Amino acid sequence: MTNLEKLKQKLAEWENELVLPLLKKVPERKKIFSTEEGLEVKRVYTPVDLGEWDYLEKLGFPGAYPFTRGIYPTMYRGRPWTIRQYAGYGSAEDTNERYRYLLSIGQTGLSMAFDLPTQLGYDPDHPLAWYEVGKVGVSVPAITEMDIVFKDIPMDKITTSMTINATAIEILSMYVAVAESRGIPKAVLDGTTQNDILKEYIARNNYIYPPEPSMRYSVDLILYTVKEMPKWNPISISGYHMEEAGATPAMEIAFTFADAVEYIRWVKERGKVDVDAFAPKLTFFFAARTNLFEQVAKFRAARRMWAKLMKDWFSAKDQRSMILRFHTQTAGVLLTAQQPMVNIIRTTLQALAAVLGGTQSLHVNSYDEALSLPTEESVKLSIRVQQVLLYESGVADTIDPMGGSYYVEWLTDQIEERAWKYLEEIERMGGMLRAIKLGYPQREIARAAYEWQIKVEKNEIPIIGVNMFTEPEVPKVKILKVDPVSRERVVSRLRKLRESRDQVKVRAAIDNVRKAAEKEDVNIFVPIYEAVKAGATIGEISGALREVWGEWRAPEIF
Amino acid sequence: MSQEKPARKKVLVAKLGLDGHDRGAKVITMALRDAGFRVVYLGVHQSPEDLVRVALEEDVEAIGVSILSGSHEELVSDLLRIAKEKGVKVPVIVGGIIPPEDVPKLKEIGVYEVLPPGTPLSKVVEVFKRALGEGE
Repeated sequence: MTNLEKLKQKLAEWENELVLPLLKKVPERKKIFSTEEGLEVKRVYTPVDLGEWDYLEKLGFPGAYPFTRGIYPTMYRGRPWTIRQYAGYGSAEDTNERYRYLLSIGQTGLSMAFDLPTQLGYDPDHPLAWYEVGKVGVSVPAITEMDIVFKDIPMDKITTSMTINATAIEILSMYVAVAESRGIPKAVLDGTTQNDILKEYIARNNYIYPPEPSMRYSVDLILYTVKEMPKWNPISISGYHMEEAGATPAMEIAFTFADAVEYIRWVKERGKVDVDAFAPKLTFFFAARTNLFEQVAKFRAARRMWAKLMKDWFSAKDQRSMILRFHTQTAGVLLTAQQPMVNIIRTTLQALAAVLGGTQSLHVNSYDEALSLPTEESVKLSIRVQQVLLYESGVADTIDPMGGSYYVEWLTDQIEERAWKYLEEIERMGGMLRAIKLGYPQREIARAAYEWQIKVEKNEIPIIGVNMFTEPEVPKVKILKVDPVSRERVVSRLRKLRESRDQVKVRAAIDNVRKAAEKEDVNIFVPIYEAVKAGATIGEISGALREVWGEWRAPEIF
Repeated sequence: MSQEKPARKKVLVAKLGLDGHDRGAKVITMALRDAGFRVVYLGVHQSPEDLVRVALEEDVEAIGVSILSGSHEELVSDLLRIAKEKGVKVPVIVGGIIPPEDVPKLKEIGVYEVLPPGTPLSKVVEVFKRALGEGE
């Protein structure tokens, strides 16, 4: 009898002799326990659940294929994750002040939040934009604002991540131009542009143009940085927003990788470049939910799957093309407006999942974010959560401490298997771009969101303060309100810029953007950069591109 | 065989402003449909003018708007003003990230009900029914 057979026999004995008699007397809390993915959770996990599981094939070692345990040989022992809180509101002055505050209390990287007009290519005085100026991020309609945002911040030393997609080239151009004006060459700039338009169509909805010209725009940014900005991460392919919209863990990974596959094919085709010439620059962004073990398994499964995908589908040779570098944000949808302080406990567990999952950088949501943008006090606690994890808890002292847990390894295998099925399904549809036009990921995610809500409604998913241990009143917490003066400040400065700049030069530069957009074989980056430098606004540049490319209307999904 | 059923009530659900967070609006659309409403779902990036125009064209009996960007005060106030100008007299229900202190202000300017985060779907359906005079 093999060891496994012996174990199976002993397990059966345990169930018959110890478990069943007890169940007759004391039944368990629920008939079926299951994960958020819908996997049924057993009473206990043993080597029986892993079967012929091969350590070297499934895990290997940190920094080596298939990277399940981590992408670097020493992980957090060598370099801690970057503490990177997504921030920005009001005018450039408000945001500069917030950034300097965050850095002063121990933040180690910046993450820029832009307001909706900036993300959608409208100047702040556009009628649709006016309501939203400075509300969910900083208003940056022109290079003058970017300069103020980075006042007294060392752009050559700090890494800056920018959540910018449909207007990513305009914004990166401003960043580069401001750095250059301070004598910092673009080649030393380090940071990330999200530049992931596909997930905008799927979940986040900050798109402007139809998918094909948008893909060209995104790919042109990638190709520009391949040549000119060796340290820049030109794209952060994001599952986070899909999770926020309702995606299950397997959907989150699979849809993100399906997006990645689409980008890789486009870059190879448009740039006539080898996969290893740009794949090391691809980065990712995922969510961390409260369901600890499944989330850790999700990150581990994603790492292994990406390595296989790059090796088997794209014949990558460079190990750096196979490593999944990712940022994590705790799941905003799990914050509650009720008993908001409880959110600190939730986000601590979520942050723990991200760290046990081997993230490269982390944003922890603040307890007041189901009510408004975070205050200085609440964001300080988010940074402190990260610092307690890093310095006090010991979880960063050894690599992948959950590795070898029968349960977590079983979950990792299950999530990966489900994610591959989704990915193959999208391949059969002809890739993600086509799937998006068919409304497939949008529909799957909306369905999952509705199913989740029905379960909350039936109390099958407990949420403290919402359907359990409720209290009659939402307690008053101090919240951040954007001062309307900020909007006036941005608009008056913009009007001054429009009057003072060299109009002939600006008009010619915008004309060049339009012409470049009309041609298929030109990289759009440099014409946009020149326009930005001449003082053209985001609304003017996007306006020219809208004229050539048109706007996207989402397909009806129900 | 045809049985006379009362006409199903028609409502409009939309994302007002530039905010793209549409999970709530979609879930509520599905819940209202399951509760027997006909829902015109307008999707994201809608201006107050768009909403009023569609409300007139589709002859809806209530408007549900979802805003998570913090711009609710000005957007909703303009929506109500334009609706009044165009003679659209249906109840307006607002959901999203609305801080508790803003709820009385919104109701004062004429919002029928505010549904903050964590509102159960049963409550959402009940509010729409009550707004249409079907409440218990």
